[in-house]
Amino acid sequence: MTNYADKDHASLAEKFNVDEPRVNWHDETLWWVRVKRDKASKSLPEWELLRETASQIKNNVLSNLSEYLIQFEEEATRNGITVHWAADAKEHNEIVHGLLQKHGITRMVKSKSMLTEECHLNEYLQQQGIEVIDTDLGERIVQMRKEPPSHIVLPAIHLKKQDVSDTFHEHLHTEKGNYDPQFLTHAARLHLREKFLTGKLALTGVNFAIAETGEFVVCTNEGNADMGAHLADIHIACMGIEKLLPQRKHLSVFLRLLARSATGQPITTYSSHFKKPRKGQEMHVVLVDNGRSIQLGRKDFRNSLKCIRCAACFNTCPVYRRSGGHSYHTAVAGPIGSILAPNIDMKQYADLPFASTLCGSCSNVCPVKIDIHDQLYKWRQVLMKEGYGSTVKKMGMKGMTFTLSHPGVYHFAGNAGRWVLRNASFIVNNKLNPWYKQRDMPSPPEESFGEWYKKNRK
Amino acid sequence: MNSRDKILEAVKSSQPDQRPLPQLQFESYNTTDAPTAFANVLGTIGGATHFVNSYDEIEEIICAEYTHAKRIITVCSQIKTGEVISSDIDPHSLEDVDLAIIEAHFGVAENAALWVTDALVPERVLPFITQQLAVIVKKEDILFTMHQAYERIGNMDYGFATFIAGPSKTADIEQSLVLGAHGPKTMRVFILLNA
Repeated sequence: MTNYADKDHASLAEKFNVDEPRVNWHDETLWWVRVKRDKASKSLPEWELLRETASQIKNNVLSNLSEYLIQFEEEATRNGITVHWAADAKEHNEIVHGLLQKHGITRMVKSKSMLTEECHLNEYLQQQGIEVIDTDLGERIVQMRKEPPSHIVLPAIHLKKQDVSDTFHEHLHTEKGNYDPQFLTHAARLHLREKFLTGKLALTGVNFAIAETGEFVVCTNEGNADMGAHLADIHIACMGIEKLLPQRKHLSVFLRLLARSATGQPITTYSSHFKKPRKGQEMHVVLVDNGRSIQLGRKDFRNSLKCIRCAACFNTCPVYRRSGGHSYHTAVAGPIGSILAPNIDMKQYADLPFASTLCGSCSNVCPVKIDIHDQLYKWRQVLMKEGYGSTVKKMGMKGMTFTLSHPGVYHFAGNAGRWVLRNASFIVNNKLNPWYKQRDMPSPPEESFGEWYKKNRK
Repeated sequence: MNSRDKILEAVKSSQPDQRPLPQLQFESYNTTDAPTAFANVLGTIGGATHFVNSYDEIEEIICAEYTHAKRIITVCSQIKTGEVISSDIDPHSLEDVDLAIIEAHFGVAENAALWVTDALVPERVLPFITQQLAVIVKKEDILFTMHQAYERIGNMDYGFATFIAGPSKTADIEQSLVLGAHGPKTMRVFILLNA
């Protein structure tokens, strides 16, 4: 797996920006998904009421989370599901490995779960000699390439069909140079069908879990979660503790919002409700905290736990679309990932809340009304106060503070800046100025507002 | 302290003051148009709809449309085409099924999703593992919204249940839509007008 530990968003984005046509394709494709989302949301006159209702349900969940967790455990246990609790990523990984070991199983089929990405489950299990087969097509592609997913809904959106064709040629021996998505998908279908049919243990994520009934819901378009779970002897479903909903009927609100927000579809092809194991099968649910209870205690940031992982904020974000998911060096990228990651490690992810223009588009499309851009702004303040800001930013801020609090210096700086842009633009139009990268500096105004005001004041 | 108690204690001490649950009050729409709306939406997500007057008519269409299907499984007792399977069959033995004909409790017009529980399919994997899927639903069982759907589901007990909307699909390669990712490559819905 590529190591991004010592990188920051800006330098990783720079790498992504080397191939300009590809960046433009990435940008336009995600914008097209955003447009589909707009069309789907506007087809429902009650869209805003749905968002507000979903937001209120999630507020209620967060305010009663401990009670709902206990209720869910009780009901799920009554249904014949074994419930496990994991305080952190390590414990989660050990629980899954323990179940594999207990049954002497060395291969696992897995459908998409961002939680297991967050916990680095695949790497952990591989170190224990377990083979993990990701079965979502996009995830299988990036797994073969030893890359992390770059988007939580579209894991291989950073790749072109030529890349996929080369990867499949290498791993599945498909015809070289055949770039047809239909052909490539069919090859993956045959390859993964064999894995489903021989899989003894299947792991899935969870989109929603219901406290009232002890059931959980998994949504896919491909049908891979169902193929895995219904053919395996053991089904493990891993979920963050915030995935709970109070009652079954609340699913109506969230299933109306999820796919429309994600891809513009009216609903995912499959919305599967798992309530009891099938005859002879074992079913396990792992409830994972991994920093969520800490985030719940941060008043300014707890709302981020309302997220249903639709990725609408990714698709609309001008920074995400032009910098790519890998530049965020965390499992959940994009605007929402940038407010979740610093909670887990402020130092490692101090750069992420700055990877935003604060335009607010993320908050506008969020189906559960998370105030994402406000939280990005608040994280910046927390991070600077805690001393995690970069030196350049600290110097810049100090310089700005000095300039803005000394009118003489301010006017001199303004004049000097305009003179430079007019007469000696090479001073700023060079590699040393980060604002010059991928763009030209604007032409300066003739005079400052101060100068204009002095002249025109009657 | 074990992890369970540790998590619950941490959550309890962090959770904000009680916030009330909202009422679910959404428009119910006029359901007389629901079957047509259902068919229109299903068309946009890669499925096909047939309005039929009898099970015989369904049988005729199946014989005409699935001429290459070697193994057909029928779960609907009124359909004579295809073999009947028992509930203790090994799910892996269904790997070569070309067509499964099943019934749905109801359909939802706003998203063309059909509600199927394990009371209607003897083996959970059947509607996923089959190469092609045909679903029968009665006209009066087409609701409009998901809110009406969950009202209808109520406290229904099941081990497994699912909404199925169209054939399985993926767009993971350059956002090109391909039908038939891991599940059925086609989906046909028969809406029974006079059952």
